[in-house]
Amino acid sequence: MSQGTAGGEGAPQVLPEGKERQRKRRRRKKKESKTRLVRSSLLLPEAEPEKSKGTVLACNRLKTTKYTALSFLPKNLFEQFHRLANVYFVFIALLNFVPAVNAFQPELALAPVLFILAVTAIKDLWEDYSRYRSDKEINHMECLVYSRTEKKYISRYWKEVKVGDFVQLRCNEIIPADILLLSSSDPDGLCHIETANLDGETNLKQRQVVRRFLELDSEFDPLKFTSVIECEKPNNDLSRFRGYIIHRSGKKDGLFKENLLLRGCTIRNTEEVAGIVIYAGHETKALLNNNGPRYKRSKLERQMNADVLWCVLILLIMCLFSAIGHGLWVWQYGEKKKPIFDVPGPNGKYLSPVLASVYLFLTMIIVFQVLIPISLYVSIEIVKICQVYFIHQDKDLYDEETDSQLQCRALNITEDLGQVQFIFSDKTGTLTENKMVFRRCTVSGIEYSHDDNAKRLAMYQEPDSEEEEAAPKGGTLSQRDSICSHQSIKVVHRSQSTKTHRRTGSRAEAKRASILSKHTAFSSPMEKDITPDPRLLEKVNECAKHLEVMRSHEQPLSHLSPELCDVFDFFIALTICNTVVVTAPNQPRQKVRDRFELKSPVKTIEDFIRRFTPSRLTSGSNSSSSSSLATSKSMHRFGLSTLSSTSTDSTLLKLEEKLAYSAQMNNNGYSSQQGRTALGGAPEEGELRYEAESPDEAALVYAARAYNCSLVGRLSDQVSVELPHLGTLNFEVLHTLGFDSVRKRMSVVVRHPLTDEINVYTKGADSVVMDLLLPCSSDDPRGKHQKKIRSKTQNYLNLYAVDGLRTLCIAKRVLSKEEYGCWLKTHLEAESSIENREELLFQSALRLERNLHLLGATGIEDRLQDGVPETIASLRKAGLQIWVLTGDKQETAVNIAYACKLLDHDEEIITLNAESPETCAVLLEQCLQCVESKFSNNTIDGATGSMTVGFTPLYPPSSPVLSSLGLVIDGRTLAYALEPTLEDKFLALAKRCRSVLCCRSTPLQKSMVVKLVRDKLKAMTLAIGDGANDVSMIQVADVGVGISGQEGMQAVMASDFAIPRFRHLEKLLLVHGHWCYSRLANMVLYFFYKNAMFVALLFWYQFYCGFSGSSMIDQWYLIFFNLFFSSLPQLVTGVLDKDVPAEVLIAVPQLYKSGQNMEEYQPHMFWMNMIDAMYQSLVCFFIPYFTYYDSEVDIFSWGTPITTIALFTIILHLAIETKTWTFLHWSSCIFSIILFFFVALVYNASCPVCHPPSNPYWTMERLMGDPMFYFTCIISPVVALLPRFLYRTLQGTLFPTQLQLGRQLSKLSPETRAQLLTELNVKETMCQTRLFADSFSPSLGSNASDCYKADNQSTPLPASPQTREALLREDTEADHKTDQTAAASPQGAVLYEENKLPSSAAALERSMGFREVQCGTAEVESLPVGTTFPWSSAVDQADFSLLKWITSTPLFSHIGTVLQVSSSSLQNEAQDSMCVLGSALHVDFKGLKEESSNNLQDKMKGTPTDHCKNDNSETTFL
Amino acid sequence: HSQSFTLTIDYTGTEPSSPCNKCLNVSWDSTPPCTCTINFTLEHAFESNVFMYYGLSNFYQNHRRYVKSRDDSQLNGDNSSLLNPSKECEPYRTNEDKPIAPCGAIANSMFNDTLELYRIDNDTRTPITLIKKGIAWWTDKNVKFRNPTGDGNNLTALFQGTTKPVNWPKPVYMLDSEPDNNGFINEDFIVWMRTAALPTFRKLYRLIERKNNFQPTLQAGKYSLDIAYNYPVHSFDGRKRMILSTISWMGGKNPFLGIAYITVGSICFFLGVVLLFIHHKYGNRNTSADIPN
Repeated sequence: MSQGTAGGEGAPQVLPEGKERQRKRRRRKKKESKTRLVRSSLLLPEAEPEKSKGTVLACNRLKTTKYTALSFLPKNLFEQFHRLANVYFVFIALLNFVPAVNAFQPELALAPVLFILAVTAIKDLWEDYSRYRSDKEINHMECLVYSRTEKKYISRYWKEVKVGDFVQLRCNEIIPADILLLSSSDPDGLCHIETANLDGETNLKQRQVVRRFLELDSEFDPLKFTSVIECEKPNNDLSRFRGYIIHRSGKKDGLFKENLLLRGCTIRNTEEVAGIVIYAGHETKALLNNNGPRYKRSKLERQMNADVLWCVLILLIMCLFSAIGHGLWVWQYGEKKKPIFDVPGPNGKYLSPVLASVYLFLTMIIVFQVLIPISLYVSIEIVKICQVYFIHQDKDLYDEETDSQLQCRALNITEDLGQVQFIFSDKTGTLTENKMVFRRCTVSGIEYSHDDNAKRLAMYQEPDSEEEEAAPKGGTLSQRDSICSHQSIKVVHRSQSTKTHRRTGSRAEAKRASILSKHTAFSSPMEKDITPDPRLLEKVNECAKHLEVMRSHEQPLSHLSPELCDVFDFFIALTICNTVVVTAPNQPRQKVRDRFELKSPVKTIEDFIRRFTPSRLTSGSNSSSSSSLATSKSMHRFGLSTLSSTSTDSTLLKLEEKLAYSAQMNNNGYSSQQGRTALGGAPEEGELRYEAESPDEAALVYAARAYNCSLVGRLSDQVSVELPHLGTLNFEVLHTLGFDSVRKRMSVVVRHPLTDEINVYTKGADSVVMDLLLPCSSDDPRGKHQKKIRSKTQNYLNLYAVDGLRTLCIAKRVLSKEEYGCWLKTHLEAESSIENREELLFQSALRLERNLHLLGATGIEDRLQDGVPETIASLRKAGLQIWVLTGDKQETAVNIAYACKLLDHDEEIITLNAESPETCAVLLEQCLQCVESKFSNNTIDGATGSMTVGFTPLYPPSSPVLSSLGLVIDGRTLAYALEPTLEDKFLALAKRCRSVLCCRSTPLQKSMVVKLVRDKLKAMTLAIGDGANDVSMIQVADVGVGISGQEGMQAVMASDFAIPRFRHLEKLLLVHGHWCYSRLANMVLYFFYKNAMFVALLFWYQFYCGFSGSSMIDQWYLIFFNLFFSSLPQLVTGVLDKDVPAEVLIAVPQLYKSGQNMEEYQPHMFWMNMIDAMYQSLVCFFIPYFTYYDSEVDIFSWGTPITTIALFTIILHLAIETKTWTFLHWSSCIFSIILFFFVALVYNASCPVCHPPSNPYWTMERLMGDPMFYFTCIISPVVALLPRFLYRTLQGTLFPTQLQLGRQLSKLSPETRAQLLTELNVKETMCQTRLFADSFSPSLGSNASDCYKADNQSTPLPASPQTREALLREDTEADHKTDQTAAASPQGAVLYEENKLPSSAAALERSMGFREVQCGTAEVESLPVGTTFPWSSAVDQADFSLLKWITSTPLFSHIGTVLQVSSSSLQNEAQDSMCVLGSALHVDFKGLKEESSNNLQDKMKGTPTDHCKNDNSETTFL
Repeated sequence: HSQSFTLTIDYTGTEPSSPCNKCLNVSWDSTPPCTCTINFTLEHAFESNVFMYYGLSNFYQNHRRYVKSRDDSQLNGDNSSLLNPSKECEPYRTNEDKPIAPCGAIANSMFNDTLELYRIDNDTRTPITLIKKGIAWWTDKNVKFRNPTGDGNNLTALFQGTTKPVNWPKPVYMLDSEPDNNGFINEDFIVWMRTAALPTFRKLYRLIERKNNFQPTLQAGKYSLDIAYNYPVHSFDGRKRMILSTISWMGGKNPFLGIAYITVGSICFFLGVVLLFIHHKYGNRNTSADIPN
């Protein structure tokens, strides 16, 4: 914008010339049609363009300001009045102008409202002014626009660019508008752009000149551009652009997103491009996408608003009460004997009691308005801004490696960070580094373990001593943001970085390099340098040799052995099946190629026919043979590929041209590269950089390069691959079917240069690709072999997944020309349709990607980020339930989950894999019953348990997360579980679990899960992610956190907070979240208290002034009390108070629970505060009342001490509530009091006749000479605050909350604290295990064990009471000896948990005389988790009912029958059998342990059907 | 002078036996005024200076509209306000098209009983000197309230063009004979204009100074109070009192604050002991022991 201006600030107004002004005023009309027509602006007469275009289409002027000088006041006020509170206060202020009801001087009553409005307005103004300045800067950037008069491109400001203008852009320039690319200096008509400004993705993207303009022979001339462009209306979809260009000849060409240069991107690697502006200014996709920050309302604020409503209700009740009181008061004097002090209205007539009370009602609203805290909203805003500022200041949240720090993008939900209950985390890039490292691969059923590579990677993990000296950030940091950073500098940096990478492999270097080479995505040396597996390398070489021989002998490729064939194809697929762009450091590339031989992907059916008719092919081979005669081998290959795709009528002339060209090529870049490879060393080869959209693509390309199969160039139509012995092969790319999250795979369709076949290379998730393989008959040996390969590969895939590797399958398909033609027809139809093109393209891709031939699979490691397990452990201790939602396969996810301690080996894992909604329902039902029964018993046990151990159960035992249960669910099952019929059950189950892992989930599912939890459980949810697939989840969650990582900025853009690393979440939540919540909660409560206390004073007075609405507090004090006298201390406390120091909060994450449980601001606290406020106001009112009863005191000489007392009380109240005292706290309190006295003294001395009606002249001065004043002011606050003080003291000493304990902890010396903390941690493990043990109720214990039983069908294990007692003893011992506990407690507790029986059962057992069953404690101790179980309780007669119940549950029905048989027999000879079993225990113990654990292992790995065949599902208890 | 005494005589006259019962239904401007005499006995001598108050009960001088009904700049002697009083004074702003001076309900309702005190010594009534100056705040008398200014000191001329408040028997410039206690700066008027905080209040009426060191200000004995009963309070169940009081260094005689201090002090002491005990017993335990999971 250039006109919007900062009103009162005297900013220089940039008033543009009148013409522009006019245009600005015109509002864009809504066009009826769905499309936009763009014509060249040069075609229109000079005078007219304004009229015909400017009116309809936005110009390129950027105007993000909201106001202009004129519109500021009305518009800002209008916006402010959207806030209901403001309307309310203005209404009250205006009410004061009505003489019948006014309570204060009307002008004075307006003051606070105006003050608040002014503060907000100034804030808005300042924001708008900074926007204005940045707009101005952007609007005045320059670009080259074609001028008709001068017939050349001349420099213009961005704001002058209009739709239909022709713009020329040079390398490294920023694109000023959305431009249709019409010409490029690149011979292929390509243009590379960097979209970092738009989506943060640092890789280069290719854009392409509109097809017909490519074929122009001459230079593009804007004057000759007569076509009309018809395209979509402006929209915000960055990944879509559709339209036609209609040429004068009537021919139409489709336009795609590849033709559009988006505003805000930067031209790279291309010298010069030109295009026509399609969308300008605010209609550009970049700006349409810029929605600005969202407004979220925090939970605390919602709660507060509810209480504000209560305040309104209280206010109305008070007003009503007063009004009725006044009515009665008036009425009691009757009509006749009006008292002298009841003043009639101006007309001399008295009001009727009813009317008087109606008027009084309104008056009282004015008088009591303070109850609704006018400054509350402003104060909260101020406090939040300060809080955000302090969070920003935190050095711990800064990441050196990426030079990023925490960003608070949403200013108003800081306190939500302190109340989070559920964390939904993405896995890749969030928990892991998203640095993909190639680890191992399987080709054709043979595994190559890449051990050397693993060793190399291990090296990176070693701690690096160089780390400290590294990290020069200075000059490079600003580069990314700088508008025109010079390319050469960047090149230098890049080459430097690559060099340093190569020289040393140290991590510090890598870190430094990653800072330096921010532009190059995904290319740290760790990812780039892959040590090849010798066996595979040998095979590759062999293969290449064979190929060379074969080609020189003109043999078909099929002579190669199938395995080598697969190896070859595998690497080709790795190399070309991606969208990696190759860039050389000496950019921009100077490609010297003639235009005519350029080909685009097959776009029309004629094109197809032209290219693929048999005659064409023969001619191609002919020409290839002829060319091979003439040129070198490499040239021959080149010729083959190029010739095969040129036009049908290849004349001799053209052939000559081509050959000439090929020769030329050899002399240029390509030949030199070949030469390099021939030399073998290829030192410069490393200079090629791969810019990939996703890190795994880059990892695979680097892996292939390690096997000398390197990608050297990618154009839109062909990929060049350099191979050992073979040199460069050019694959003609016919189609690229990009990756999408639904298909979970991508494919390229290429013409193979060696075989001339059409090959489809597909790379994708193994679950998908394995289903798409060509079904092979088991009859013929080939098919058998294939089958074997597949099963082997599947095995290896499982193995990879267990190792936590990301797996990808590589497959290919050879298409016959007919098949291809057939498919192409439909595909082209799909491509050319404007309506639902995406759907059709999707279908088309599905048709192509089937009957695949499996080549192999890769395993890519995604390393865990630093500190992830610790953070998760800490967050979990803090009572947060962590759900991981990932698109990865189940095994990978589970293993990562184990690695980051999300799942624990000693916790039960429930795995939900269902094939159909029905089984899913059954499965959920069963699991739920198991868990429910466990918990229902557990609550009782938990309570008794904590009683006996003797610590106070501060949290109700119904707290949802008690035991260690983990839930793993896959995408398909999740889809069923999220259906409305099942979601409640799913949720009921999931909320019982400590952690939930959703694998294979789509972005939509992620957001659905978050939404489900948020809405159904009414829980505070936090979603954290780094990629575009997490955006929906981040937006749905209450708090969205983005990781400013490698996968672009979409997640950050959508998030409320952006952090550099996952581990920063710990401090953000535990410390800042807790503080923000605690501060704000306390402040809000205090606000309510303060206002209620103040207003109640006035209310009590009504009883003594005939409910006439009189106030003894001077109106000035009344109106400014909140605003000035009492606001500062609470702001300081709200911003700075630290209830517990950061170290303690980190060390004792449990303290976070106070926020989750809303301990600081529970609903009843509002009422407690209200009651306290009432009490305090009673004291503050009645002590002066009785002191001055029946005295000559006048209203304000009496009201002023009350005000003073109230101020003292309020400030001292805050002092009681303040936890940390800093200099600022002290000074703010003292300042407030001094300010009050100062204002009072000045005000009371200022003017003897002013300030009617109170006119408190000399009141304060006189009071201060009166000892009574001081005596009253001392005693009243003391009496008023005594109860609260007493309560705080007693509660803090006798029943301290955790926070209070934490505070005490911080007061201790560091050594004692450290010691206490270690003790605490030990204790806590014990508590946890004990809790777990308590929760391990017999029902589930036996349920779980029944599962083992079902597998074993033999030897139940009795657990003797003695064992249990012994363990109990050990536990109690452990209580005393902390040293020992550290070592002994986990094990002991585990045993304890396993063997614990309900006391009733234990007692019964004892009475039945099971004592003889002995079991050495030592031996039991050695038992691993999950092998012992309390069988005895199940066979106990007394618990037989329980057994019946167990067997009645559907899950265990089949077990039940077995059990019923055995238990009926046991009933008869219970004792005997138990003895036998007991004695058998010693013997079979070890064996059984192994057996059962083996079983478990099998169960884990096996397919679902292995176990519960009846419902095709699996429930695993670990 | 450590002791302070208070004597209160209610002369509302609601009881039929009361001498003032006859005046109960008096009106504002009854002429001649209804007078009554109440005899009383002082049990103790009032040693120091004695303050004579009149007290009103159930009189809502703090009523919102009442409190507002005044014009401070008129009272400050502003000539334009004198003739054109503030709207706040309505409906006591003008009377018969003449501005009221002083305007407003407060002034209009000014207390106009006259109290005289006699010592009865062997059936002789010795009048006791009642000092009527020095009863108002110094700042009120000298800063806040001023007579209108103009040529000469003739108040009658200065208040030319104004009329008396409706209920007043005589205009404001005839409140007192002494020029420095007449008009707006009449101290009885000033005291009345300082509106009381609570419906039961007293206002300083006169001062009785101790004459010499050998005699108490008021000896114990019989006294009589002569009342010119003009002020009607019966209609709104108000009560009128005459109060004689000596003042301690802390102001009037009100035991409340002392009792309050003693009570609160004892409670605090008791709580202090209890808290000390509790702290001793529970305060020093191991903090970590209490942070459960």
